[in-house]
Amino acid sequence: MREIQGKDVIEAVAGMCVRGNTELPADVRSKLERAMAGEDSPSAVEVLRQLLENADLAHDTKLPLCQDCGLAVLFVEVGDDCRVVGGNLRDLINDGVRKGYAEGYLRKSACDPLTRANTGDGTPAIIHFDLVPGDKLKIAYMAKGGGAENMSRVTMLAPAQGWEGIKKFVVERVAEAGPNPCPPTIIGVGIGGTFEHAAKIAKRGLLRKLDDVHPDPKVAAMEKELEEDLNALGIGPMGLGGKTTVLGVKITLEPCHLASLPLAVNVQCHSQRHEEVEL
Amino acid sequence: MAEYKLNTPLRDEDIERLEAGDVVFLTGIIYSARDAAHKKLVELLDAGKALPFKLEGSAIYYVGPSPAPPGRPIGSAGPTTSYRMDTYAPRLHSLGMKASIGKGKRSGEVKAAMREYKGVYFGATGGAGALLSNSIVESAVIAFEELGPEAVREMKVKDFPLLVINDCHGGELYVKPRLDTAD
Repeated sequence: MREIQGKDVIEAVAGMCVRGNTELPADVRSKLERAMAGEDSPSAVEVLRQLLENADLAHDTKLPLCQDCGLAVLFVEVGDDCRVVGGNLRDLINDGVRKGYAEGYLRKSACDPLTRANTGDGTPAIIHFDLVPGDKLKIAYMAKGGGAENMSRVTMLAPAQGWEGIKKFVVERVAEAGPNPCPPTIIGVGIGGTFEHAAKIAKRGLLRKLDDVHPDPKVAAMEKELEEDLNALGIGPMGLGGKTTVLGVKITLEPCHLASLPLAVNVQCHSQRHEEVEL
Repeated sequence: MAEYKLNTPLRDEDIERLEAGDVVFLTGIIYSARDAAHKKLVELLDAGKALPFKLEGSAIYYVGPSPAPPGRPIGSAGPTTSYRMDTYAPRLHSLGMKASIGKGKRSGEVKAAMREYKGVYFGATGGAGALLSNSIVESAVIAFEELGPEAVREMKVKDFPLLVINDCHGGELYVKPRLDTAD
């Protein structure tokens, strides 16, 4: 069994928190550039121009792209042929988040849900563990800001509502959210599983590259159809009108109970900050 | 759509000439306050106590900045979503607040208060926190330090770039989603 040192986990997570918050991923940048080229409205072009200038400035100054450095969400795949030594994996990941948020001058936004007292160090992170074959440890980090997350919803449709019902719910949700979640947004859609699983797969889908194509042609076609419907809403960058309401739609489909059709819509802002490492 | 350079404190005549879509470069002192700070401000008002800053002519920026790294007055400082402050904004407008700065839709009550008390709602670009921080030249916590990122700050801004989203004449810049074109 392969051994992975705990201190390597801490360093990897801390590094992802800092880089993730200060460097706009290349796929997001190129999508914003293409969106800007396709917009006619001056306000849409200006907003997109500001977002690109903001990304350059964050890169040069190491300031976070957005003051909301998010709640740290981590998807962890643990190979069943490896083990982490020198500490409990959950604690090590939280140590990494604590270190990254402190050293990167990132905003700590974790607080008690009722007293609203800030925990002060960005922890606890939201960590999803998955056991996979192999001897590698794969950790994906996402900075999930509150503004977009608040616009997300889970619902339980009746099976008969099918794809038409799914589309209607997603389109109405994005329309209702309007300018609030910092459009152009990226929409993670989880279809299937159970109540809680739909939400998890909707979020996990946001880790995909913006310009990839879903391996299942049927799902790829659904993503394209939904993306066109959402862009037809005309909300545009920051809700000021335009052709770019979403930068992408990422659908994850998984089997569900024969009585159910769980559906989750996870709204992500244009500042799609995420990183992955493999140890 | 016009472009204006305005200074704080804001006066009624400043607000009256603004229309949705105008660009404003704001210079002077503004105050940061978001969810938890608003709750505390209103508690002070309820208790008949003085606020940590003068509301008359003020502009409140809905922001929770990231910590200032060495050599900069403030960290990243873009707007947060404004609807969460809708409960408090009408009362603050009635007591002299002239402008709020944020992103996203406002309630009917806030829009009515802006008409009644001559207020304006400015939008700043969400997620452009690094860029917007360049317009903030000084920043100091003046109240509720225990709230961390949500503390009230007095910030000196120079040519802070804003867009009039809601004016005091009932005008609004946000588009209505075209739900009819999507099925």
